[in-house]
Amino acid sequence: MVEEKQPSSTDRLQGQQWQPKIVAFLCHWCSYAGADLAGISRIQYPPNIRVIRVPCSSRVNPLHIIKALQHGADGVLVSGCHPGDCHYGSGNYLARRKFALLKRFLEFIGIEPGRVQFSWVSAAEGQKFASVIREVTEEVRKLGPARRLVKNLMK
Amino acid sequence: MDEIESKLRQTAKQLLSEGKVDLLIGYRQGSLPSKTTPCFITQEQEAAELVWNSFCTNNLAVYLPGLFRLDPRSKKREQKKVGIVVKGCDCRSLVGHLKEGQVPRENLVIIGLPCQGMIDEKKIVAKLEGKEIIKAEEQNGQILVVDEKGQEIRLAKEDFLRDCCLVCQHPVPPLYDILIEGKTARQAVSDEYTEVKELEERSIDQRWEFFQRQMSKCIRCYACRNACPLCYCPECFAEQSQPRWVGTTDDPSDIMAFHLGRIFHTAGRCVDCGACEAACPMGVELRKLTRKLIKDVGELFGYEAGVSAEEPPPLATYKLDDDDEFIK
Repeated sequence: MVEEKQPSSTDRLQGQQWQPKIVAFLCHWCSYAGADLAGISRIQYPPNIRVIRVPCSSRVNPLHIIKALQHGADGVLVSGCHPGDCHYGSGNYLARRKFALLKRFLEFIGIEPGRVQFSWVSAAEGQKFASVIREVTEEVRKLGPARRLVKNLMK
Repeated sequence: MDEIESKLRQTAKQLLSEGKVDLLIGYRQGSLPSKTTPCFITQEQEAAELVWNSFCTNNLAVYLPGLFRLDPRSKKREQKKVGIVVKGCDCRSLVGHLKEGQVPRENLVIIGLPCQGMIDEKKIVAKLEGKEIIKAEEQNGQILVVDEKGQEIRLAKEDFLRDCCLVCQHPVPPLYDILIEGKTARQAVSDEYTEVKELEERSIDQRWEFFQRQMSKCIRCYACRNACPLCYCPECFAEQSQPRWVGTTDDPSDIMAFHLGRIFHTAGRCVDCGACEAACPMGVELRKLTRKLIKDVGELFGYEAGVSAEEPPPLATYKLDDDDEFIK
């Protein structure tokens, strides 16, 4: 039987309050620009996300998500263009099918539903971007540090 | 020798002697009585080695992509003609290969056999409690097993079928050039995904516990991958080093990542032939995981793998009104 990961020293170093680390895969054409707009509009949102820019939400391989969870992310967010707005025509439609299956599958094996999340944020939705990040951060914070799937060689 | 077996041998002999195939893939008796082994025959006299019985468990479609792999320099395939013996599930894997452009249809002669369900050797071994099987054969819906002490045991075939055969919906190959008739196929049953639903209803912690328990058995021999007809990538993600997708340690997390990756690669393609679970030496219940995806693909996209060669793969197409509720 596998032992679940104990809070690491870095978790403790951050003081009384543990801060979730969230990897956000943002599509270049919409969500990344949405994040930019939130920034230049000076909209406040939690600093817990680590943004990785991808050409399209369909670029995100399920293995990217699994690997993020393995290596210390407490949550993963994938965000792309709204349906119909994909720069490449149909990328987000294909991503939607892939992630619908992935989300169900990860929940089936016992990964908490809030750990891996998906959103559509357009380049004009700075407000929405900020509120999505707030929601995701709060949900992951409630779940606590990720313990499942985490690779921990220092036992 | 029964009628269906002699028809099969005759067909094979004819195909080879007339030069319609250069190579024929079928089953012959294995070195153990309760096993058959895949055989590759090129001479017509070898056709007499072919067998067809309830022990033909292997999925022969697994060999096809390797036979037709593109030469990396010339970008060409060998132009040989291959005959292959298929039951329902093998044929559905083969349809997947055709759909994914791995195997040229014009180079294939598909010999379909209606399947009566195959026997799970592990179930017989468990029943015999460690005694060696000296002889095993099927007689009128029963399996006659002789153990090392010469004792004859008759077992009802139905109780020793493979789990995947018990829920098989396509015992007759959906695509064939020659259909060897004789016995009627097993009655198709409606698959209720009972064991998947049972797991779905458990709490998230219990599901995690189940997944952990299964993964802790794995020794990463990759037998599941090698037996899987869908795992034909020349270089598997599990072995790629640039990028290194999965660590090669025995850390539980790496084992899980390998299985999640492999199983997810079969999403919308897996036909539940049971090859992975049959190949696993450690008894990892892989089909509970692969069948979850089969169930979801059916529920979400109304798709069943390996039935039609024309229908596009579910993850390579989309509908405007696909489920969107999980997205913020």
